[in-house]
Amino acid sequence: MKRKIALLLCAAMFAGLFAGCGSKSASSETADKGVVNVYNWGEYIDTSLVDQFEKETGIKVNYKTFESNEQMYSVLKQGGVSYDVIIPSDYMISRLIQEDMLEPLDYTKIPNYSLIQDDLKGMDFDPQNQYSVPYMWGTVGIIYDPTKVGEVDSWGAMFDEKNSGKILMFDNSRDAMGIALKYLGYSLNTTDQTQLAEAAALLEKQKPLLQGYVMDEIFDKMESGEAAIGAYYAGDYLTMHESNPNLKFCIPKEGSNVFVDSMCVLKGAQNKDNAEAFINFMTGTEQSKKNAEFIGYTSPNKEVKDRMDLDELAMSVRYPDAAKLAKCESFINLPQETLDYYDSMWVKLKS
Amino acid sequence: MKKKNTGGMLMTVLMYIFLYAPIIIMIVFSFNDSKSRTIWAGFTLRWYQELFRDDLIMSSLQTTIAVSVLASLISAVVGTYAAIGLFNMKKNWRKPLLTVNNIPVVNADIITGVSLALLFVSAGRLMGFELGFGTLLLAHISFDIPYVILSVMPKLYQLDQNLFEAAQDLGCTWFQTINKVIIPGIMPGIVNGLLIAFTMSLDDFVISYFTAGSSVQTLSMTIYAMTRRRISPKINAISTLIFAVVLLLLLVVNAREARQHKLELKKENTLKGAA
Repeated sequence: MKRKIALLLCAAMFAGLFAGCGSKSASSETADKGVVNVYNWGEYIDTSLVDQFEKETGIKVNYKTFESNEQMYSVLKQGGVSYDVIIPSDYMISRLIQEDMLEPLDYTKIPNYSLIQDDLKGMDFDPQNQYSVPYMWGTVGIIYDPTKVGEVDSWGAMFDEKNSGKILMFDNSRDAMGIALKYLGYSLNTTDQTQLAEAAALLEKQKPLLQGYVMDEIFDKMESGEAAIGAYYAGDYLTMHESNPNLKFCIPKEGSNVFVDSMCVLKGAQNKDNAEAFINFMTGTEQSKKNAEFIGYTSPNKEVKDRMDLDELAMSVRYPDAAKLAKCESFINLPQETLDYYDSMWVKLKS
Repeated sequence: MKKKNTGGMLMTVLMYIFLYAPIIIMIVFSFNDSKSRTIWAGFTLRWYQELFRDDLIMSSLQTTIAVSVLASLISAVVGTYAAIGLFNMKKNWRKPLLTVNNIPVVNADIITGVSLALLFVSAGRLMGFELGFGTLLLAHISFDIPYVILSVMPKLYQLDQNLFEAAQDLGCTWFQTINKVIIPGIMPGIVNGLLIAFTMSLDDFVISYFTAGSSVQTLSMTIYAMTRRRISPKINAISTLIFAVVLLLLLVVNAREARQHKLELKKENTLKGAA
């Protein structure tokens, strides 16, 4: 009897296994054109686009996800992996270029590159336009509830004692320091030791005022009204606004961070042609529009802006006016010495 | 006396609330008609529908199930034979080897993960393979085996030691003795070990994270990667389904154990009756 049950259990488990295999082989029927290994942020693609790409091209997509640039970097450095397309952010791209980890792209195979906004070409992290095609961009700003903290137009509100206990701060050193540096009027990318120390001291002083250092928890805390002011990505503000219409967004007058996540091909990629086909596909207008609708960030494709059905609020958040953007900076890679300072400062701050 | 009982009851209830409240909330929010994890916006089955259309989640689930099933089955076989081998060793060999077997169980996952990754990456360079499903499976087997050994060993001690000799006296070969006498005798231990191994594999994040490579990803890795954006409510839906399956498995195991216990009691009673 026991044996029978055991056998039954094994059989059930096997059935599960084969059920899995069944659907897998069904989807790989078209896989004659090879594969492309894609490594992207989690929840950062409309997965129906992956299906569509597989159907249209017959290329099978192995899609994997990471949660931070640093994590992605350590996976690449560890070795034993072979991604073709990766989608890191600006400063990580310049680091990868410096370390000779990216393959120059053949832009003739990516005709949709001509649809990319001109101001996103030749940015600091890839000045010659050799390695990257922008995927999404956006700004960092302050999300706040004016009924609780009043109107906000400066980073100062994040350091104001009267908002004590209601403030949320980024839970990573680069973004947190970036805010402090901007508030002090310095560059996000400064390597000046006294400026960095000043920013670190400011964060130290801010710590007792915070409700917490958060990443995605900010959604729930802002939507439920548990916190009243916090810094996060512009596109994510729109999601929070759906659940809590009190919330407002601003790019502080001191300027802020503008990020660009771009598609790159890793050095020695085994499926470079497929990788370029994937990049070209994702840059197409219809696909970019669909993707931007799902993600909530801004598509770099210049045709998308007019085709999206956006209300005034969404338009102003996704496409901030040029005067505000002009004050924003994007991250570039920092020298090792400065990165080490960030690390030690951050560990000290959080402990 | 009565007062004390109500106090105890209260503690028990509180403990169960503490243990299960998060899971109940997760189940409730898997039916929430909004992405929010705090605001209730009405009942929906939308996340369950979207879940089955999400290729990334479904393929990570497939990977997770495939690796858990294969790893638990293989480690059940390997672990059982290893346990039988250990059991028949001289005591001064067995003791230290069993202690060594316990180390992976108490060792921090992150150490196991990093060391396996180092091993696979360097072996891969020498022999020309990459991290992938194979290395993921090997890693899972290696941390599952100790659990199987731990749950089979006590059953071997409980087994009547004369059975082995009796079987051989009656003409069993060495191999037949193991397969026809010992294995059926310790089957409950093997099945328990298999189930523990299965749940350990299903759960694992850290070791998979270091050993999975670029082509496969387990469900826990997919969930972790969602933390810059927001963890999708689809994850609530799939966690609810997994919870239901695990609950079912546990009920089956418990029912088995209860019946076994009853059978043993009966056997004892009949023996006593005969005496």
